[in-house]
Amino acid sequence: KSCHQIGKDAENRIGPHLNSLFGRRAGTVEGYRYSKGLQRRGNDGMVWTFENLDAYIENPKALVSDTRMNFAGVGDATDRADLLAYLRQFSANPQNIPEAPRTAMATDHELDPAILAIQGDPAYGEYLSGECVTCHQRDGDDAGIPSITNWPAEDFVVALHAYKTGLRPHPVMEMLARRLSNEEIAALAAYFKTIE
Amino acid sequence: GAAHGRPRAVVIGGGAGGATAARYIAKDSNGEIDVILIEPTRVYYTCFFSNLYIGGFREMQSLAHSYGTLASDYGINVIHDWATGVDRDARTVALAGGGSLPYDRLILSPGMDFVDGSVPGWDIGQQNRMPHAYKAGSQTELLKAQVMAMPEGGTFAMVAPPNPFRCPPGPYERVSMVAHLLKQTNPTAKILIVDPMENFSKQALFEEGWQKHYGGMVQRIGPDFGGDKVEVRPDAMEVVIDGTVEKVDVCNVIPAQKAGRICEEAGLNDGNWAPVIPHTMQSRADENIHVLGDASAQGDMPKSGFSANSQAKVAAMAVRGALTGSSVFPAKFTNTCWSLIDTEDGVKVGASYEATDEKIASTDSFVSQTGEDAALRKTTFEESLGWYDGITSDMFG
Ligand SMILES: Cc1cc2nc3c(=O)[nH]c(=O)nc-3n(C[C@H](O)[C@H](O)[C@H](O)COP(=O)(O)OP(=O)(O)OC[C@H]3O[C@@H](n4cnc5c(N)ncnc54)[C@H](O)[C@@H]3O)c2cc1C
Ligand code: HEC
Ligand code: HEC
Repeated sequence: KSCHQIGKDAENRIGPHLNSLFGRRAGTVEGYRYSKGLQRRGNDGMVWTFENLDAYIENPKALVSDTRMNFAGVGDATDRADLLAYLRQFSANPQNIPEAPRTAMATDHELDPAILAIQGDPAYGEYLSGECVTCHQRDGDDAGIPSITNWPAEDFVVALHAYKTGLRPHPVMEMLARRLSNEEIAALAAYFKTIE
Repeated sequence: GAAHGRPRAVVIGGGAGGATAARYIAKDSNGEIDVILIEPTRVYYTCFFSNLYIGGFREMQSLAHSYGTLASDYGINVIHDWATGVDRDARTVALAGGGSLPYDRLILSPGMDFVDGSVPGWDIGQQNRMPHAYKAGSQTELLKAQVMAMPEGGTFAMVAPPNPFRCPPGPYERVSMVAHLLKQTNPTAKILIVDPMENFSKQALFEEGWQKHYGGMVQRIGPDFGGDKVEVRPDAMEVVIDGTVEKVDVCNVIPAQKAGRICEEAGLNDGNWAPVIPHTMQSRADENIHVLGDASAQGDMPKSGFSANSQAKVAAMAVRGALTGSSVFPAKFTNTCWSLIDTEDGVKVGASYEATDEKIASTDSFVSQTGEDAALRKTTFEESLGWYDGITSDMFG
């Protein structure tokens, strides 16, 4: 891969080196400048596992909306399983990392297209947004808490579902997303995308 | 009702609950509702982050907010005066400056007042010798100045309040911030908490943090050792704990609390607080009045700025629905309270809530864990900075 190096003498290139990836805390390779989002996932305690790597490689934005890994993703579950099996060999102690059964790996994290197709009602979204703007500033300031205004609706929906399912760890956002219905998430996405 | 064209909503108290409610009603009704906000002070100092001022992490000016934008950008009529009474039959509010204002809906968010006599020996006349600093501003500055002036190796005492009180982690965050300050200015000083309660909010997190950062400085006397049998002698600067006299240098008395006095005057209280209907925050005693924030008895939500802000949005929607027929959606509430233990060592606790007929009921919750690493604690602290900017612009525009 031209973006990443792996193996003996691997260095950071466009992306960080991928040695000893399993069990490594996200966003922690010395000397590499990560996106804010990936750094946050690491600060929140996210450690790379089969499950979240699989999701990240499938759709990098599901895990990190502003990720600098500009990469469409690997759609095929079997291809991802092969890739992860390959990466696993470059761990300090591969034998200690359980080899995921291929059948278990072949799950898709991709959101059901029906969920992405829901047309959100921005007026309802505006009402619901009252709960969000106590923390996320309406003017888009992102000090301490990320900005969620003016996002493409799809990224917004994907991000909230990632919290809802626990793929992205964050106690506040997981709790709030858990009680939002698919329609409510679509409504919020429709509202926030219109705010400059 | 109001004797003119537009329906009128009057809001008493321009704090976390009242300012938010006024702003949301005005913003979302596009001028269809005449919104009046009654608030005696021209500058609101947030209690939230006032402990950080004591610790040296915030300037007092950064806690100050004015009502100018609510007037200029939202068309809210801001009246700087005290409401002294509510005539519920005539639906009018009396003002200290004279005159009375008719309303169609009234929102009360007056915060809390202290229960007279709850700490024997203390009354509001003693608040200079023994500050509460539980309403922010001059009291907070006074308390900090007293801590800075403590003799070397002196004792800071806190008389903690019984439940329920505003901001459950507040007293313990304050202890953390006083310890942080003393560690730099007066490292041999002692902190003594006299506490009527068995347990307190985020206890394991605070105790771990005090041990780690301020080892040995903080001592707490709970009810099993007389923490609930306390008397103070402001003239002698003494605290008497179950008969034992302690000489102290600073004494922060946080008395027991009740709904802001105007609720009692309006006849809305049952005991010390004003019960409300969870779906709309309407008073159980009067459907034309909504009570928000600290003053309300609502169920499971802690008395916090976050809670008051969350309740205000539900009430604002209900008021608009009643006065203009706009759509009303099911009530939802949330709360998160961050606390700072030491530099970049932030923790949080929070929950989500729904309205049942009986009370606002908690549906889900989380709390920071002991043993979290520095990166997570720093991120948590930074979140609280973002939240402060978020909630204050949500209140004041
Ligand atoms: C040290 C400390 C730390 C805190 N930290 C946090 C925190 O980190 N997070 C958090 O969410 N909460 C925190 N809180 C709690 C928070 O400040 C309160 O819960 C919140 O302010 C309650 O909002 P409210 O609208 O009920 O009352 P307030 O915000 O107190 O507003 C009441 C307003 O009503 C006015 N008023 C009263 N009576 C009348 C009258 N008769 N006529 C006209 N106006 C009147 C008052 O002048 C006041 O401005 C903290 C509190 C303290 C003391
Ligand atoms: C277009 C370049 C590019 C391609 C192709 C690419 N990556 Fe990345 N990768 C990046 C960048 C840039 C980052 C840093 C992302 C950030 O900071 O958000 C990254 C980060 C990562 C991380 C997070 C590492 C850490 O330290 O937390 C993993 C894991 C990863 N990539 C795996 C892969 C895998 C596996 C593939 C191939 C299927 C791949 N990447 C393809 C550029 C790329
Ligand atoms: C109590 C504070 C709080 C509230 C309320 C809140 N959020 Fe968040 N939100 C956060 C924090 C903190 C993060 C960063 C989480 C992380 O590190 O994963 C976040 C992250 C997000 C993200 C991902 C941002 C990114 O850059 O990847 C989205 C989208 C989001 N929130 C939407 C919402 C919506 C919609 C609501 C209301 C329904 C809401 N939030 C309410 C604190 C909050």
